[in-house]
Amino acid sequence: MALLKTQDLTAFYGNFQALFGINITLNQNETLAIIGANGAGKSSLLRSISGVLKSPSESILLDDKPIGHLDADEITSLGIAMIPEGRRLFPSLNVEENLMIGAHGKKQTGYWNLNNVYDLFPALKEKHNQPGTSLSGGEQQMVAMGRALMSNPRLLLCDEISLGLAPVVIKNLYEAFPKIKKCGASLIIVEQDIVQAMKVSDRVCCMMEGKITLSGRPDDLSMGMIHAAYFGEEES
Amino acid sequence: MIFLDSLIQGILLGGLYALFAAGLSLVFGIMRLVNLAHGDLIVFGAYLILLLVSLLNLNVFVATLVAAPFMFVLGWILQKFILNRVLGDDILPPLLVTFGLSIVMQNVLLETWSADSKRLSAGALETASLTIGPINVGIMPLLIFISAIVVILVLNLIIYHTSLGRAFRATSDDPVTASLMGIKPKNIFSVATGLAMIVAIIAALYLGVRSNFDPSIGPARLIYAFEAVIIGGLGSLWGTLLGGIIIGVAQTVGATINPEWQILSGHIAFLLVLMVRPRGLLPRAFD
Repeated sequence: MALLKTQDLTAFYGNFQALFGINITLNQNETLAIIGANGAGKSSLLRSISGVLKSPSESILLDDKPIGHLDADEITSLGIAMIPEGRRLFPSLNVEENLMIGAHGKKQTGYWNLNNVYDLFPALKEKHNQPGTSLSGGEQQMVAMGRALMSNPRLLLCDEISLGLAPVVIKNLYEAFPKIKKCGASLIIVEQDIVQAMKVSDRVCCMMEGKITLSGRPDDLSMGMIHAAYFGEEES
Repeated sequence: MIFLDSLIQGILLGGLYALFAAGLSLVFGIMRLVNLAHGDLIVFGAYLILLLVSLLNLNVFVATLVAAPFMFVLGWILQKFILNRVLGDDILPPLLVTFGLSIVMQNVLLETWSADSKRLSAGALETASLTIGPINVGIMPLLIFISAIVVILVLNLIIYHTSLGRAFRATSDDPVTASLMGIKPKNIFSVATGLAMIVAIIAALYLGVRSNFDPSIGPARLIYAFEAVIIGGLGSLWGTLLGGIIIGVAQTVGATINPEWQILSGHIAFLLVLMVRPRGLLPRAFD
């Protein structure tokens, strides 16, 4: 049984349609990378799955049950956590409080707790008392990842975690994914960095103008196919 | 000596204003909602205590304890069924709704209790005083001031040392991201308003014990509360206490110079602070 499925998923911002009939399936413990240029609809897809954008009820299924109509907090309680684009740490909370809020109202039933998040990102332990927003971009991204992990999610949605970060920092962040996956989470990673996304994913979907234009296993996709799907040009 | 006495009486009066303002500050800090009915809710609380005292023959302090859970539920219902529906990017709808609520409450109280002034009695405590050197300090004003400090300490304890407080702050920072943490922002708002109403009933107790009250005095209490919140810095509870003290001291010093200047002096102090520090004395760093 698939963990998550979308069926002809559409999404709107007022009258503007951002997604056009998206169909994706994610299996247990699988990593799916969504790639595409700016404005392709990648973040809108994650916002729809996480409940920030409202969708028709049957268009998103978790364990074959419709969740499209649920609010974001209800979807989070079903085991879906999101690392939002731009980190969105809470400025009035310090690092530790930002992490703790990820486990708000939940009983710790999985691997991830404060100590294990600090083990994954040791830099955060020394700065646990500092305001989250006073850290460097990479450290803030670590807080955002740790905060999402604190809920022990079954599905982790990662929205452009490499955005605005140096390559060495991105490499460090991506090194955490095998561990996260080993602890049982499935992942949907939205990325513009194609190489990085292909490295960690089991499958890749490319989006353009709110539609899926290419889908397959990384080994089966040539750079030419991706280029064509990414920019909407003829494969050369 | 008269000046020192005025200063001390003003500081103690500031405690009452801080109590008027603490609930308003809490609600504003969490959901950016200016509740124009806050003063009337305090007056309603005073009538509720009076009702409990007359019906059950309770001591005013016990009646306040009995009324507190009722006020929490009232605040929760008010937020859940009325204010949550109008909260959004536009600040005008909540202002209009709370303004309307203020008028409705004044008229309901007028119909129910008439326009006659009422008072709560705290017995011998009202006239008891302490002599500290050359100064006499009333036990009741002292109790009010201590209560204000305790209320602000407890609110700070909740906000900065509990998971509910973390949820308050996170929701205040970014309600959409807070909902991704499993927090229901509207539930958080309802709990916050419930908490603000518990503070309002404490303010109501001291309002009724310290002076007469009638259905029309809510808006004036709101103005003092609002001034204290603005002077202190929006959303800062210790700032609210400081704001209350500044208004209290300005009023008593003004009254010492000329009794007609009492209220005016408080408003002038407010305007002066606003001119020098438009964001208040202790503004939150990240607003």
